[in-house]
Amino acid sequence: MADQTLSTNAWPANAAPSDLISPGRKRLGWALMAVATLGLLATIAVQILYKTEVDTIGFETWRPVVYAYVLWGIALGIGQVLTRGEDGQRALFLLPALLFTIAMVIFPTLFGFYIALTDWNLSSFSGRKFNGLDNFWQMLSDSYYRNALFNMVLYVLAVFVEYVIAFGLALLLNAQIRARKFFRVVFLMPLMLSPVAVSWMIGKSLMEYRFGPAATLARHLGWENPAFFSNPITARISIMVLDAWTFIPFMMIMLLAGLQAMSREVLEAARVDGASAWQTFWQVTFPLMLPVSVTAVILRIIFKLKLADIIITVTSGGPGGATDSVSSFIYREYRDRSNVGYGTMLAMAYLILIVVFVTWLLKFASRFVRNVN
Amino acid sequence: MSVQTTDYAASEIRSPASLVANRVFIYGALMFWAFICLFPIYWTITTSFKTAVDVTQGHLIPFIDFQPDWKGWRSLGLSPDSIFRTSTVRDEFIKRFMNSVITSVGASSLAIIIGSLAAYGLTRYRYKFAWFRNEDISFFFLSQLILPPVVLALPFLVLYREVALLDTRVGLILLYTLMVLPIVIWIMRDQFNSIPVELEEAALVDGLSIWGAFFRIVMPIALPGMVAAFILAMVLCWNEYFFAALLTSTDAKTIPVMVASQTGSQGINWWSMAALATAAITPLAVIGIALERYLIMGMTAGAVK
Repeated sequence: MADQTLSTNAWPANAAPSDLISPGRKRLGWALMAVATLGLLATIAVQILYKTEVDTIGFETWRPVVYAYVLWGIALGIGQVLTRGEDGQRALFLLPALLFTIAMVIFPTLFGFYIALTDWNLSSFSGRKFNGLDNFWQMLSDSYYRNALFNMVLYVLAVFVEYVIAFGLALLLNAQIRARKFFRVVFLMPLMLSPVAVSWMIGKSLMEYRFGPAATLARHLGWENPAFFSNPITARISIMVLDAWTFIPFMMIMLLAGLQAMSREVLEAARVDGASAWQTFWQVTFPLMLPVSVTAVILRIIFKLKLADIIITVTSGGPGGATDSVSSFIYREYRDRSNVGYGTMLAMAYLILIVVFVTWLLKFASRFVRNVN
Repeated sequence: MSVQTTDYAASEIRSPASLVANRVFIYGALMFWAFICLFPIYWTITTSFKTAVDVTQGHLIPFIDFQPDWKGWRSLGLSPDSIFRTSTVRDEFIKRFMNSVITSVGASSLAIIIGSLAAYGLTRYRYKFAWFRNEDISFFFLSQLILPPVVLALPFLVLYREVALLDTRVGLILLYTLMVLPIVIWIMRDQFNSIPVELEEAALVDGLSIWGAFFRIVMPIALPGMVAAFILAMVLCWNEYFFAALLTSTDAKTIPVMVASQTGSQGINWWSMAALATAAITPLAVIGIALERYLIMGMTAGAVK
């Protein structure tokens, strides 16, 4: 795997180069890897035969296959060191994470694509059966799913409002103030809290219609009927506010780091040239902060695309699916209707959509940064 | 809001009146946002000491508006008079709490171990794996970040049932490791890049092996970064709800699932809910205050070049 070492420097060749490894050691390594691979394949084969009831020897669950995979991974690592010496040792740094991620992502995703093409409802007796693209056609005419996708667009757009607030807070924290550390800790606090607890603390009690303080305040301010979650528009805004409350600190901290890394000289120079505060911000601070801003906004959008727990716990998608995000919609598709096949199709379609979207976003962002600077 | 605060340099030459106005604005804005951040927490903690009347009448300040009462905490079995008596709710709570601790510490540790190794390899050596090179491998790891939980949730539900990992802590640990691994690799890559290669070269000349140099020279230097990555991973795992809600039912339920299941029930007991929410957020609030430096270090890794 590691063909040679050349990361800016040549390592002292104090260990055995690969051609100095004795043929016996090499053979041992190859044998070990071969045995392990055969063992893994044999375990899988036996298990498939057992599960398809071709033979009677096998295990109750697929758990032994997992153990076989782990053993295979270990044998592969040892084999690398035996056959390739120091190169093998280098490969050993990468192997655990690589094998882990491949096992945990590639296989389930492929399996997911298969489930997406089946009619499979856990609560019905008929079990799983392949039904081709039926789920896909059903998805295209599912207005609730379209609505959830549309909501995701709105939720992602809300990131820009969060960004403005976060930038403002970062500037405040970067100003000449006392007790900076105190304010930083306080401002960071919402990020530490579990979204589920926050859902109760704010969504279900502070914003409670009858005696929540937020509702009381809203009544004082002249909103006669402060039902935060009964009307589709206010419900969406309330969800955005809840989510913003938890995640604004995340962007704020990144922007603050950017502001602190900015050189004082540039700002000084702008001041000497007679620029007003307003001009300095727009002509110096903001352009210099653009790369950090783009990173912060993109990371935040990626997190936003996973938004689910607040919606599940506060509104469960209501009223009438108005606040549903894609994740919360699929969650209920499974939880309430046990519709595994269809739910997975929705999830896979979403995956493809966001991979395309994020790829485009990254391209667009890098071009945007280059054009402005 | 954002504009006035950049003029810390310009303010010196302004008139005293506008200087004062500027200060007032800055501190006013800071206090306002501090209030927004803290009020929900304050509200939750005080509500856990309220009785039904205090809740419905919207009393806010303890001892002045209302007399604090242990009612909420008693229902959790955590008030002074009930702490030594047996309480099924408390046993349940402690079980969930321990599940949360074990899964988040386990997942963060595993992610730190394999993530640091991978990040070190990727910053120091050139790999070629079929047609994949270092950049591709890095991208492969980091791209896991965009994978939404909902895509993996249903396949994992089925697979975990097949391998008997459903409703187990090990199952959750593996998934959480996957979830935080990209973030750990991101942070640790940044860390290792900031350590000069000359240190390891010297160590190798002195006869240490590659792994010896990593453990004895590089690791001690990178330790603060590892702590930062660990804490950030802890926070994410502790607060995770989606996988836990889908993949656990009785044995491995974590704190967020317990909190959520209580909010769903009819006729919420505000005081006990508030006590539960307070207990659920306290550990991370303490970590946030005590280890804020590391959290910020983790979040800003790689953001500023």
